[in-house]
Amino acid sequence: MKGAPIVVVVGAGPAGVAAARRLAEAGLRPIVLDSGPEPGGRIWRNTGSGAQGLPRLPGHDPERGRHERARFVEWRERIAFYPETTVIDVTRGRLWALASSGEVDSTPWDRLIVATGALDRVVPVPGWTLPGVVTLGGAQTALKTRGCAVGRRIAFFGTGPLLYLAAAQHLAAGVEVAVVGDTSRLRDAVAAAPDLLADPARLRLGLRCLRMLRRAGVPVLRGVRGARIEGRKTVEAIVLERRRAFWRFSCDAVATGFGLVPQTQILDLLDVPFTLEETSGLWLPLLDRAGRTSIPGVYAAGDGARPLGAEAAAMAGERAALALLEDEGSRIDAGRVAQLETTLARHERFARALARAFPHPRVLEAEIADETVVCRCENVTAGDLRRAVRELDARDVSEAKAFTRCGMGRCQGRLCGLSAARILAAIRNVRLAEAGRLRSQAPVLPMPVAARRVPAEDAA
Amino acid sequence: MSGRLATEVAIVGGGLVGCSAALHFAHRKVPCVLLEAGRCGSQASGVNFGGVRRQGRALAELPLAERARRMWSRMDRLVGHDCEFRPTGHLRLARDEREMAELERWAKEAARFGIAVELSGAAALRARWPWLGAGLAGGSFCPDDGQANPRLACPLFRRAAAAAGAEIREGERVHAIERGPRGFVLGTEKGLEIEARVLVNAAGAWGSAIAALLGDELPSEAIAPNMAVSEPLPFRIEPGLGTAGPGVYLRQLPSGSVIFGGGRGVVDLARMRCRPLLESTLATLAQVCAIVPELARALVIRSWAGIEGKTPDDLPVIGASAKVRDLWHAFGFSGHGFMLAPAVGAVIVELVLDGHSPTSLKGLEPVRFAEPVPAPG
Ligand SMILES: Cc1cc2nc3c(=O)[nH]c(=O)nc-3n(C[C@H](O)[C@H](O)[C@H](O)COP(=O)(O)OP(=O)(O)OC[C@H]3O[C@@H](n4cnc5c(N)ncnc54)[C@H](O)[C@@H]3O)c2cc1C
Repeated sequence: MKGAPIVVVVGAGPAGVAAARRLAEAGLRPIVLDSGPEPGGRIWRNTGSGAQGLPRLPGHDPERGRHERARFVEWRERIAFYPETTVIDVTRGRLWALASSGEVDSTPWDRLIVATGALDRVVPVPGWTLPGVVTLGGAQTALKTRGCAVGRRIAFFGTGPLLYLAAAQHLAAGVEVAVVGDTSRLRDAVAAAPDLLADPARLRLGLRCLRMLRRAGVPVLRGVRGARIEGRKTVEAIVLERRRAFWRFSCDAVATGFGLVPQTQILDLLDVPFTLEETSGLWLPLLDRAGRTSIPGVYAAGDGARPLGAEAAAMAGERAALALLEDEGSRIDAGRVAQLETTLARHERFARALARAFPHPRVLEAEIADETVVCRCENVTAGDLRRAVRELDARDVSEAKAFTRCGMGRCQGRLCGLSAARILAAIRNVRLAEAGRLRSQAPVLPMPVAARRVPAEDAA
Repeated sequence: MSGRLATEVAIVGGGLVGCSAALHFAHRKVPCVLLEAGRCGSQASGVNFGGVRRQGRALAELPLAERARRMWSRMDRLVGHDCEFRPTGHLRLARDEREMAELERWAKEAARFGIAVELSGAAALRARWPWLGAGLAGGSFCPDDGQANPRLACPLFRRAAAAAGAEIREGERVHAIERGPRGFVLGTEKGLEIEARVLVNAAGAWGSAIAALLGDELPSEAIAPNMAVSEPLPFRIEPGLGTAGPGVYLRQLPSGSVIFGGGRGVVDLARMRCRPLLESTLATLAQVCAIVPELARALVIRSWAGIEGKTPDDLPVIGASAKVRDLWHAFGFSGHGFMLAPAVGAVIVELVLDGHSPTSLKGLEPVRFAEPVPAPG
């Protein structure tokens, strides 16, 4: 008789946790791996004691995080949870993970749910590599987990709901907000308004943040066409361009972000096909409605597959788990499936509306000035990329990477890859898809040279 | 692309060998068409370790290596760019007395070719390169060896060859070759037909498959040397390093990153793809920690592999086919052809056009694999 399948869930954020719980309920005892010390992911992570005494922040519910983590712990007996364990490589049927001890171990798998979450997306502007420039998510994390802000007077620049949320949270925490500069225009938001009603709660939260900022007299600039961060050693000011006028705001930190980028390295290593979403410029894994990839036994859920937010991630995680159970031959609750799919469809509608309300600033990205650094790890400028096209006929981001080192550094192009593609497509005058995408290579995340292989116990 | 082209020389394979041949034919004003399945330099020539060393090579390769070494110093003139070649020196390390004996043997032999190396025992070695780990038996330093940027070399050769008049066809995988009335007729997957009097087989790991299309059986297997690279590090490892026996090699880039090589990945020859193996990377890193202990604290950010053809005697197959007239082979570099490639192209062109070359290929020619003629009686 065939034993129980080995099921591995990568990532213990809302999607991974929900998937694992559903699998455990069905008696499968999933293995859950996460690089963090506790389950919860980016949204439900333990805020620790550093954040005590922090006033209530809009859209932040530490109670909920505590509750979700506690719920997960209740399942401990039926879930094999490995914290501080980072998946660094995967092939069909086996994956390798690095523990905080520096040891690398591997496990075979029969089914894999990838729920690896997303990172902030950035767009390079002059000065973005100065100390004091952080991502919106980075600024939020500092506030929520350590109760301290990344600056005393922070400018927020980018686009998307997180821009306003992060600014309002800092305001509530007593931090001075110098400006909120948004590259999207008011009329984009107005046009998308009817569809934003798909999620009234999130729409209300957004409007509340906006009101808070207005009431505090924070300048909110929409339709920003360009930005420049100034400072000698660290951030001193941000200059925003709108309607050919320049606005200068002094500040000691800049928090920036343009939505989220799914972390898809594991899916990429497994050769899951990807497709370009033209509007956002994101390469997304091809999935069916339930979260199945076209590779047998591989599923994806949450922001790591489609950035739809925490609530949707949890549902997608559960939906993927149900798909897995169904593929294992179990009977599943059709009513629950229908309910999840209906709600997920609503989240997708809302996400599409958000994408219209806060469109990605393509022009800003395509027209990055020659001297602006695009790849901060390897110090490659937009001009270097354009020269690689002119002089060595670089056709896509992989070739541009080979010729200029753009995307070869520590972040492996996770920060700069999308902007590089846009710059390349613009100068070659081709569609974005033709500029391609950077392929992932092991290790998925940096691994110490001193990493040691522990002898495999199972027969490979 | 479909259609038909007639030319004097067809080159199959746009690695550094093929591109260098194209450049040298073009310099001699001989019409040539280079056919490359992907992009020039997309295989071994573009992803290799970038070591430009003569040290440790088999003696049969040394005349070619000497000539190549002179060319590496003149890349600016040849392709309009130095290919980031730097004569950093190459330090070959012995981990035990047996390897030390090998270093000494090689030093003696190489002296006959005018290559001078500096041998050091364990103590002198660590006095000169204090970042080396304890436990090494000694080393041999070849000051004129160096390193270059493989990602740039091939595109630069392609550009120079095209500018000099060679026709470069990328995205054209040759899948049929026949003898025709005027030489060879090559067909590509996309339906292009090339007629050529002379054929140069520079198809790297696919070289024996190309030869086999013409009934010329030459032994070579595909291997995928495994590589990894660290984040930039503040200290300097000036020379390229390698162990005398099978083991690891490493070098530091001007950016501060350190590249490690050792072990093998996995190859899919038909799809022209390969991938590194984490197990090989980890085994390499363990050895790296012993050789340069300070590296233990660094972070590895990427690994990769490249596809290479390996022959039974670990030497390339260069020269006239023993079976087919006007067919010239230059493949099977067995993991060390990047350094040689610029010279290989030059020598092939001399042999094709002049019938002789000042650079000896003794021991490398295809004839060594020809079936032995049964002894009479
Ligand atoms: C990881 C790695 C590290 C290495 N390190 C070093 C080093 O440090 N120093 C050193 O000297 N050497 C090194 N080498 C070896 C060196 O890279 C190779 O020997 C050299 O690049 C071979 O050049 P080539 O032109 O023969 O082959 P390739 O660069 O492989 O070129 C062959 C080309 O032929 C094309 N081709 C194949 N079949 C067809 C077809 N049917 N139709 C059309 N085109 C075809 C391929 O697409 C390919 O581009 C290393 C190799 C690898 C893989």
